[in-house]
This record gives sequence, structure tokens and C-alpha cells, in this order.
Amino acid sequence: MRYLPNTIDDRQKMMADIGISSVEELFADIPEQVRLKRELNLPEALAEPELVRHLEDLAGKNGDTSRYTCFLGGGYYDHYIPAVIPALLSRSEFYTAYTPYQAEISQGTLAAIYEFQTMICELTGMDVANASMYDGATALAEAAAVATGATRRQRVVVSRTVHPEYRQVLKTYLEPRGVELVELPFTNGVTTGDNLDRYINRQTAAVLVQQPNFFGCLEDVYSLQRAASGVGALFIVSADPISLGLLKPPGEYGASIVVGEGQSLGLPLNFGGPGFGYFAAREEFLRRIPGRVVGATSDTRGRRGYVLTLQAREQHIRREKATSNICSNQALCALAATIYLSAMGPAGLRRVAGLCAQKAAYAKKRLAAVKGITVAFNAPSFKEFVIKSEYPVTLVQGVLLRRGLVAGPDLGRFYPELSNHLLVAVTEKRTKEEIDRLAEALEEVAG
Amino acid sequence: MIKNPWNEKLIFELGAPGRQAFSLPASDVPEVDLDWPENMRREKAPGLPEVSEPELVRHFTALSRLNHGVDTDFYPLGSCTMKYNPKVDEALAALPGFAGIHPYLPEELVQGALQLIYEMEAYLAEISGMDRVTMQPAAGAHGELTGILLVRAYHRCRGENRTRILVPDSAHGTNPATAAMAGYQVVSVPSDQRGGVDVAALEKLLDERVAGLMLTNPNTLGLFDENIHIIADMVHKVGGLLYYDGANTNAIMGYTRPGNMGFDVVHFNLHKTFATPHGGGGPGAGPVGVKKDLVPFLPVPLVDFDGKRYYFNYDLPHSIGKVRSFYGNFGVVVKAYAYIRSLGAEGLKQVSRDAVLNANYLMAHLKKYFYLPYDRFCKHEFVISGKWQKERNGVKTLDMAKRLLDYGFHPPTIYFPLIVEEAMMIEPTETESKETLDRFIDAMIRIAREAEEEPEKIKGAPYTTYIGRLDEVAAARKPELRWRAGK
Ligand SMILES: Cc1ncc(COP(=O)(O)O)c(C=O)c1O
Repeated sequence: MRYLPNTIDDRQKMMADIGISSVEELFADIPEQVRLKRELNLPEALAEPELVRHLEDLAGKNGDTSRYTCFLGGGYYDHYIPAVIPALLSRSEFYTAYTPYQAEISQGTLAAIYEFQTMICELTGMDVANASMYDGATALAEAAAVATGATRRQRVVVSRTVHPEYRQVLKTYLEPRGVELVELPFTNGVTTGDNLDRYINRQTAAVLVQQPNFFGCLEDVYSLQRAASGVGALFIVSADPISLGLLKPPGEYGASIVVGEGQSLGLPLNFGGPGFGYFAAREEFLRRIPGRVVGATSDTRGRRGYVLTLQAREQHIRREKATSNICSNQALCALAATIYLSAMGPAGLRRVAGLCAQKAAYAKKRLAAVKGITVAFNAPSFKEFVIKSEYPVTLVQGVLLRRGLVAGPDLGRFYPELSNHLLVAVTEKRTKEEIDRLAEALEEVAG
Repeated sequence: MIKNPWNEKLIFELGAPGRQAFSLPASDVPEVDLDWPENMRREKAPGLPEVSEPELVRHFTALSRLNHGVDTDFYPLGSCTMKYNPKVDEALAALPGFAGIHPYLPEELVQGALQLIYEMEAYLAEISGMDRVTMQPAAGAHGELTGILLVRAYHRCRGENRTRILVPDSAHGTNPATAAMAGYQVVSVPSDQRGGVDVAALEKLLDERVAGLMLTNPNTLGLFDENIHIIADMVHKVGGLLYYDGANTNAIMGYTRPGNMGFDVVHFNLHKTFATPHGGGGPGAGPVGVKKDLVPFLPVPLVDFDGKRYYFNYDLPHSIGKVRSFYGNFGVVVKAYAYIRSLGAEGLKQVSRDAVLNANYLMAHLKKYFYLPYDRFCKHEFVISGKWQKERNGVKTLDMAKRLLDYGFHPPTIYFPLIVEEAMMIEPTETESKETLDRFIDAMIRIAREAEEEPEKIKGAPYTTYIGRLDEVAAARKPELRWRAGK
């Protein structure tokens, strides 16, 4: 077995030192009743070349972005990944290390997380950020939990324009804590601004919105923020970090906590994971935030260094009183994002965001001109927008597929009132030619 | 003084205004004025680095050199199963057909991915003795939360409102933290003389308020609880369920299974048992397996097969919902799948045999020099104590851990489990050779001797690392959590 160094001879010597004649003696304390009295039923072991062939076969059955031009969005996006990212991530000193408990031999991970926290603060306009969460959905759920703790209120208001899967996760997380979850309706693709006080009241711990929202539209975050702060509720924003190259940082419009999915920042699609969630907050919530946090300090010789800090919030110290149970996070993905943001810099991030917005604007206009297609919402948008088809979405998607194109998701899946609606995402990777092909394919549906 | 691989500058302190490491094509669409309201536009650019690609690469390469990984040397961090991470698994997960697939692709375009998930479910079900497995949880603790929410849903569906989760005093911190997050009151169960659950004490705690007991077996002392079937019967008798924290599965593969021990729910840590790398803290994956009675509550979607094609099954009316967006850390699942296929049944059993043999070998040698609170055969890890050194020489476990750095090793997990004073939890894993174990034994013996002869030396360790002991108290008292220009 190629990963196991012990030879029969090694094992004999080790057993002699232990004073046993068979390894089975070490398992003698497993009672008869609970033993597995047969071998595990698993496929035969594969040699490396066989393994590679088998997995290449499976991978070959999937329609990756090299085979299908991707206009799919909804939280995960086909952005360009600079080659420096996989090259640096493949340094095994990074990827074969554990959580940096022993700071003296983990300064690489720790300094990189410190840089990551700084970049997230810069993007969001927040004071503090943690070392990452599992994904955008759990980051949002944990943010809501922070709000209920901070306000001692048990009602969380979330807009229906927040990613439907995030809202499902929110529900899963909050329900057992006895938190009431209330949804704000939407009109024309954005949260309905009227009658906010019907939903947001003095029992409300937080108001949760997504900017740009699930439909790609820009929310009127100012009036939502006012409604939240007016009753002493926290204003929590989930934001696509790429959009923050051009959009106002949520810290500048009064957000208390900003979270989001970080996959856009240099991570592959991976069928939905791993990516990472980011979590940033105002200083006042520092001791309530979940997860790992890195801080700067100095060593016995006065040299600057970095450590995991504020651990009194965490499960290994506080156990049932911890702010969260999170232990492992998505550190390597956060490192990828740190490298991505370093490579892009302020100008590059602005450029990526600008290209997304320009190309999406072009696509929106181009598709609006297709017979049988209307752009569903006329609110300003970033890199995604919603089209409505006269024909069933499955039919439309079938035609696109035949032309090597994919768009979506089908919004009828999440919003019964939006059957025949399709989300279209346009990143900087899409070309005019690809967008035109999408339009032509949609013309074919009508034709 | 050792040579410093890093210039101590953070990426923000490198480069110069105008430098860049990106390259993006010019826009090929007609430029339009975006119809965005003025107050939504960013005015001030974020303070991101401005560096060229070579500077960027040197910086992160320098940082990587400050890290100790499994590929650097021995990493006996107890409870974390720091085994070797096969290179081929990394390459396979990066195949475009896995890395380049969007989660909302139509099912016909992800048949290979769905097949992999479907087969992986069957393997994990077989290894654990469970009926179905969800891949959705992103890590062990996330699996715990999922599992305890399943326990809760099960009881509620039966019209029972149980309020307590029992957790042994030796348990990992995520266990009580999880139970609290799921809305339960946490009740601690003491350990007995042999390091297992104190059955008499458990008996007193069991009643119809108990929703379940969370246990890892072998436990965090590395000891197999021989009373497990009795414990399972006791908990089941009052209508409670048994949750298996699968962090220690590396010890038992092919010998026993949580299902055979009487557990109802289990989580795996693919990043421990199944050799996927820890990534400096993640990503991992924490699939959750359940017995039949709990299947209706699993998160959606499950992956099913209708004889012709694989598909997502959302038709679980009693589901707890979703615990994460999409389908979990799929990329990690690919690596673990490749690992299981590389080893097969006999390979996995050999993994457990060697992991247990290596641990007992270390223990046999080290117990002459360090206090061993539970002197019996261990499984894949064991816990010794720095108590003798502390009492005799004033040298603490922390000091000895830091001294190990000078010998080139990652220290064991220290001060956990909480029930052993000055604990050192040592898990060698099966991927270490006898020579490495011998080197480690030598280093530990030398440290024990140094503790007697030169205690002050140990208290000042480490000496050979890039940086010395860091002031954690200052870090927490006056938190500095981000870089700022001019500081
Ligand atoms: C016994 C035990 N349980 C649970 C966990 C939590 O696992 P994760 O870090 O994957 O969330 C760990 C990891 O350290 C562990 O050792």
C-alpha cells in the first residue's frame, strides 16, 4: 500500500517493543457484540493509473465550463482565476498544515489570514473580519445569530430577494433557537419599500438584505437601513465581493455586519464547494463574532508576529457558551481570495467589476430585443438579471444546451410566481460573441 | 540565529502605486453608462495591495516557508489525524470535469458528479453501518449541528419535546457548542476510572428529557469504550438517540462500525480519516450518516438513482431543510472518494491497524518518561501528561510543546482533553515510518531529560524557529486585527 510505510519487519519490531505477538491484541477491547464480523464491502483497491482513469471517466461525464459557456449565476460564478492562485495554493506548506495553533511554525498561514482580514475590511468598510466561514449561507445565518444575541430580540426579518438557499439555511439555523423569521416581499425585483414598519418593529433583531440581490438588482439599501436602525435592529448585508469593486461598501450605508460568499475571488466552481463565507462586523460586535480571528502581537524578542486571538469566544474554550460551534473553516479558500485580491489590486478589482457590469448591461439590452423574451425587472443591476420567456424554461434551456450554452437557475424552482423566469449571469469572462450566441439561441426558441 | 525566510513585510507594504499583477482584456461590448444611483457607487477604492506578479509570488512563497505542514515533517496533533495527503487526489479534484462545474447545471450535465456522490454515500454508509449519508455539511462541527438537528426533528415528529443532550466531560468542545446551537441544554457526563463513560453516573442522568448522547469511540483519550453496547441500550431505553462524533474513525475501520455499536447518527471528518488536506484550517467536509428512522429528516437534496440516471431528490417533506448552500464541499468529497478507491476494504483496515500499532508503539516508549493516566492499550492516539515535569521541575506541557519545535516536530494537541492535567494528545497516524516514530521518541526522551537538567532552557523554547513565543495575552487585550497604513 503506497501510503503506508510499515513493512512486516517494522511491525514485528514494534510489536516486540509493545510486548504483543499480534496487532489483533490491540483491538481485543472491542466487544464481540459490536464487531464487524465480515470484511467491508467496498470496491477493489485501484492502482494510481486505474484510479486516474476511473475519475477521468466520471469527470468526463460532466459539462464543465470548457464545454458549455456558462451564464449560470445564483451565488457561484465563472470568473477568471489567475494562474498564480493554483500555483501558490499548491505549496504544501499551506495546504497540508492544520489550523495554526502553534503560532511559531504557522506564521505563513497566520500572516496570510491577517492580510485576508484586512482586505475584507477594506472591501466592506467594516472594522473587523474573521478568518472565514463555511459559505455565504452559513455566514448569514451566524450573523443573524449574533444579532439576536446582541439585541436580545427573537425576530429576524429577511428580504425574499436574498438567495433562496441562504434563506433555507437561515431557517434551519434559527428555528431551534426559537427565533421567528419574517420575510419581506419584493416588487419589480427589489424589496418592497412600502409598509416596512409592518414587518420591522421593536422586536426585530436584524434586517437581512442582499446587495446586489438574488435577481442581480440593486436594492434601496438606504431606506432599508433606516427602517432597521429606526427600531434598534442590526442591518446585515450579504454582498458579492466582486461587486464591491464598484459598489458602495456596506459600511458606508450603515451596515452592522457584512457577509457573503467568496467563491468569486479566485475559486473554481467545484459544483458549489469549497468556496468560503466571509464575515465582517463593526467593532462593537467583536466579542460576539463566530470563528477564528488572527491578531498581531510580538514575540519575546520584540519581533512582530501573528496569533489566533479572542479565543475566549470559541468552542474549545467556552464549550456550550461559545459564540458558535465552528472549528475548521475554509482557510485555504480564504488564502486563494487573499492572493486574488493581491493580484487584482484596487484597479484590477474595479476593472473586473466594470467588465461584469458592462457585459451584463450589453447582454440585458441584447436579450431584451429578442422576440418572446422580456427583461423581468427594470431596476438597476450588476452582473445578473432576470429574463422572462413566453416559453417554458425547460424548453429554453434545452435549446441553449444544444448550442453549448447554459443559463439559470430557473427561478420557478424557488419562486412559484416566477415560473418562466430565468436568471442570467454575465462575468468578465463572457465575450460579446458568446452573448450574441445566447441571444441567437433564444431567438431560435421563438422562431 | 536562523536565516529569516521572510522580510516581515505584509503584502500591503510591498509594491508601489500603479503596480499590478492582473491582466484583463479590453471590453468587447459597446460601453454604456450604468443606470446606477449615484449614492450606490463606490467613491474611494479599497486599500488593496499594488504589486507585480513576481513580488506577489515571492511574498506568498516566503510565507509558505514559515509553515510546518504534513509534508514538512511529523505532525502528531491528536484528534486531527494529520496523515499524508495523496498528491493524486489533489490532481483529480482539480480536473475540469469536477472543478469547472456549476452547481446549477442541469442534471444531465452532472451525471458523473452525481454518480460520485451516490457511490461515496454507499461507501460511507458501509464503513459506518448507516443507511443513508448526506454530503452537505462542510466540516465536522457542521456535521454535528446537522446530526443534532436530525435528532431534534426525529423527536419532534414523534410529538416529543426533549430538552437535553448529554456530552461526556472528555468531549471535544464542538460537541457541547453544537448541542447549545441546536437549542439544547448540555449536561456533562463524567468519565470513569478507565477513561470511559461512567455508566452509573449516566444511569442517573437518563430520563425522558434526554434527546441524545454525543460520543466518540475511541474517545478523546484514544481509548475504546468497552461498555458501548450497554451505554447504547441505556440511552435507547429512555427513548434517546446516540450521536457518533466520527473524528476518531481512523482507529476502527473494518473492525467495528458506529452502526454496530448502536449509534443512530454519525458524522465523518473527510479531512481526517480520508486523507483530504486540512488547508491550514479548512476546507474539510463533514458528511452525516443516519439509521433508517432518521432518513426522512435529512437535508435536501439527496442524490438518488432511478436505474438509468442520477438525480437530486428534494422530496423529503420532513427534512430539516438545508444546512449549507448547494451540496457541500464537493471538491473535498472527490479527494476522499479517490482515497477510498485507492485503498479498498483491506487497505482501510490496514490503515486502522497501522494507526493503532504506531500509537501503541509511541505510548510504550514514552510512558517511562511521562505520566500515562490510563495505562491500557490505546487505539489511534493516546494522552500522556506533563504532570511529573511540572511537579518536579516546574516545566509545563506548553514549554515541552514549544521545545519540540526546536527538534523539528509539530507538537501534539495540548491541554485537551480537559480531564487530563497538562495533557499531551499524540496521534501519529499510519503514514509515519518507524524511523520517524523513533526520531520523535528520541526527541521526547531528550526533552524529559532536559526538563530534569536544564528546566530554564525548556521554558525559553523555541530557539530555532523564525519567531519566538508570542504574547497572546497582549493580542487579546488590545486586539489589532488588521493592517493599517502608517502603523
Ligand atoms: C473529536 C473532534 N470532534 C469534532 C471536531 C470538529 O471537526 P471540524 O474541525 O471538522 O469542525 C474535531 C476537530 O478538531 C475533533 O477532534
